[in-house]
Amino acid sequence: MIAFFVKRFFQAVVVMFVISLISFSIQDNLGDPLRELVGQAVSEEERQALREEMGLNDPFLVQYVRFAKKAVQGDLGDSYFFKKPAFEVIMKKLPATLELVFGATIIIILFSVPIGVYSAINPQSWFSKTVMGLSIVGISIPVFLTAIGLIYLFAIELNWLPSYGRGETSNVMGFWETGLLSADGLKHLILPSFTLASIMLPLFIRLIRAEMMEVLQSEYVKFAWAKGISPRRIYFVHALKNTMLPVITVGGVQIGTMVAYTILTETVFQWPGMGFLFLEAVNRVDTPLIVAYLIVVGAIFVVTNTLVDLIYGLVNPTVNLAGKK
Amino acid sequence: MKKTALLFAGAALALNIASAQAATLRMAYDADPVSLDPYEQLSGGTLQLSHMTYDPLVRWDRNLGFEPRLAEKWERIDDNTMRFHLRKGVKFHSGNELSTKDVAFTFKRLQDSPDFKGVFAPFKALNVIDDHTFDLVTAEPFPLILNNMTYLFPMDSAFFSGEDANGKPKDMLVKHGDSFASRTISGTGPYTVSYREQGVKVEFSRNADYWDKNSPGNVDKIVFTPIKEAPTRVAALLAGDVDFIAPVPPTDHKRIKSSDNVELVTMSGTRIITFQMNQERNEAFKDARVRTAINYAINQEGIVKKIMKGFATPGAQFSPKGYLGHNPALTPRYDLKKAKELMKEAGYSEGFTVTMMAPNNRYVNDEKIAQAVVSMLAKIKIKVDLKTMPKAQYWPAFDERAADMMMIGWHSDTEDTNNFFEFLSACANKDTGAGQYNSGNYCNPTVDAMMIEANSTTDPEKRASIMQAMEKTVYDDAGFVPLHWQNLSWGARKGVEIAPIVNGMNFPYIGDLIIKE
Repeated sequence: MIAFFVKRFFQAVVVMFVISLISFSIQDNLGDPLRELVGQAVSEEERQALREEMGLNDPFLVQYVRFAKKAVQGDLGDSYFFKKPAFEVIMKKLPATLELVFGATIIIILFSVPIGVYSAINPQSWFSKTVMGLSIVGISIPVFLTAIGLIYLFAIELNWLPSYGRGETSNVMGFWETGLLSADGLKHLILPSFTLASIMLPLFIRLIRAEMMEVLQSEYVKFAWAKGISPRRIYFVHALKNTMLPVITVGGVQIGTMVAYTILTETVFQWPGMGFLFLEAVNRVDTPLIVAYLIVVGAIFVVTNTLVDLIYGLVNPTVNLAGKK
Repeated sequence: MKKTALLFAGAALALNIASAQAATLRMAYDADPVSLDPYEQLSGGTLQLSHMTYDPLVRWDRNLGFEPRLAEKWERIDDNTMRFHLRKGVKFHSGNELSTKDVAFTFKRLQDSPDFKGVFAPFKALNVIDDHTFDLVTAEPFPLILNNMTYLFPMDSAFFSGEDANGKPKDMLVKHGDSFASRTISGTGPYTVSYREQGVKVEFSRNADYWDKNSPGNVDKIVFTPIKEAPTRVAALLAGDVDFIAPVPPTDHKRIKSSDNVELVTMSGTRIITFQMNQERNEAFKDARVRTAINYAINQEGIVKKIMKGFATPGAQFSPKGYLGHNPALTPRYDLKKAKELMKEAGYSEGFTVTMMAPNNRYVNDEKIAQAVVSMLAKIKIKVDLKTMPKAQYWPAFDERAADMMMIGWHSDTEDTNNFFEFLSACANKDTGAGQYNSGNYCNPTVDAMMIEANSTTDPEKRASIMQAMEKTVYDDAGFVPLHWQNLSWGARKGVEIAPIVNGMNFPYIGDLIIKE
């Protein structure tokens, strides 16, 4: 176990290093950060003086070493726009993003499991066929369009839900601004969560359906039928458990991807999370913030993958089967 | 007329104080200001904020005239000196009283600010006479003293003296990085900032001691949220989640107009969108006939109608209507036949090839406008190789003069004609900074001489005639391709009476806003 963690830790360090190097090297192609800092009439000389002051005229290696020296001490530089340490800025936005991903995950679990199982058991029913058809459509509609459609219907026409933002938030444990504790905050979470879930939901319904159908064909399920066990027990205890193993693996990886997908969802809903922050940083060529974001997201990927591996080890199917009979 | 209406509303409000409920305004712009320091960046966002939290010495009224604010009156003492009298009994948010000391303090910050020092370069000195009187001295007679005084928002000198918790001077002006002034406000304005999470939300509350007792405004709390995506911003207004938004994209105007609950206010703006033709990169552009042909080939009215959905004013010169230099005789001259004739005369009947660059996220519909110009130029057989890019990459390309034709939009920081010429059409001069944005390298010494003359002419009529002649000369020379002035737009819930408080400079005077329930 310890060896596993040590290995993962070194992998993480290598990943961070590579990400920092890549994100640092693309900054020259993003444009000129100075233009976002000064007014249109500021002279070329003034701008050059500022570039010099900020160390932007130094060669790549000099800039990178300066960055790396500070980075190993935990200082990823100050954001040009927020004028605060980039890491601090991102950490402040992290709760909003994680709550959005959490909301979307709940929706995915609540909908994909029952629908997937049902359509695996009754593949010929009209409901299953409709769901399969809709999931194709769902996968191909861009997030942006889904979001605008939802806003139009639920915020403007029906006036049930708020159109943007996070609503009321409250502080827990001193650093976590949460929207989950008030009715207003939860209302604000609904549309963005559905939008974000809409990308992954069809995928999971299809995945669960396919896995479940395969499991239902397996020998041990046939044996269970022969034994006369109740269908409910066969479907939900014996079959579903084995169905979920690959789903957990894919799900863990997809949660990481979902953090990346928040960029679009957050932008449309003006959700004050780190995805929106990243897009703005790219527009403003706020390099320290871009680099810090990529490193943090890299860290999230490494952590979720580690967790998935741990869970997978815990729910090892052979152990479970042996334990039962 | 409007002024009377406003006064009347103010009087009615004062008489009927019980019914004048203090109201909360929820507003959304596309972005929030970079800093709370009024002199960190010369940008629309900063000015919008400064007009809420500070007061200038004088401010623009809707007809581009001057309205006294912290300066009660002023008079010219001699050719180079203007005397100002400060309003008495004005208090800063901190409780300190406004005096000439604060004006001198602010003036010095302006001269040190990389963004503002250009505008304030003509001033030689600010001489304090007594607590409420000071003289502004210029090196030469200078016509734009009042224009520049709209940028002077006195800051609380006592409050910004000394050192902050980090041991740095409180008045330090930092362009990149943290400073006391970038996160703290003490002005004389109608609002103080009570909460701010940059990029997410700013909350303002009404300054209880506001000096302007005649201000009809009844908004005592403002919740400001930046909403970047235009469709979301419009949706938030339509859904009733916010009361006031800007800007409203042209595609949504119809929708807002057709709604019973919200109102649209539009106004002709002052930002001109142009293309410049680089004479040093492309031999053909040296020929005035070719440049004129291009001007004849481009249908400004068509662009405004089809691409801008009528939400712009077609132009044939720099100065928008209302500016001293606006020459009413100059109008768009679309005429394809003439364009072809001129091309033939110049020996280019078979056309030629040019490169073109334009930004794709800087001006309203910038990319589409560039594409339209490409197809218009194709009709006179000019083949255009167009490249568009995000503004962050466009500006470095613009500085390199990387294409034969480049798009540039310009708003005059002084609300005066000369500013356009200084930056966009003056002969490029690295030492003086003239022609900094003249990527066409158009150079006409006569116009430059007139520009210098206008800069030291204080008689408005004489100035107007010089500057109108400048517009005419550049028009005849076809020095550049004017397209249109972008219009401005605001949307608000019914009952939020934004029409009297918005203006062509795009800094609404929210302190005077009335909300009727």
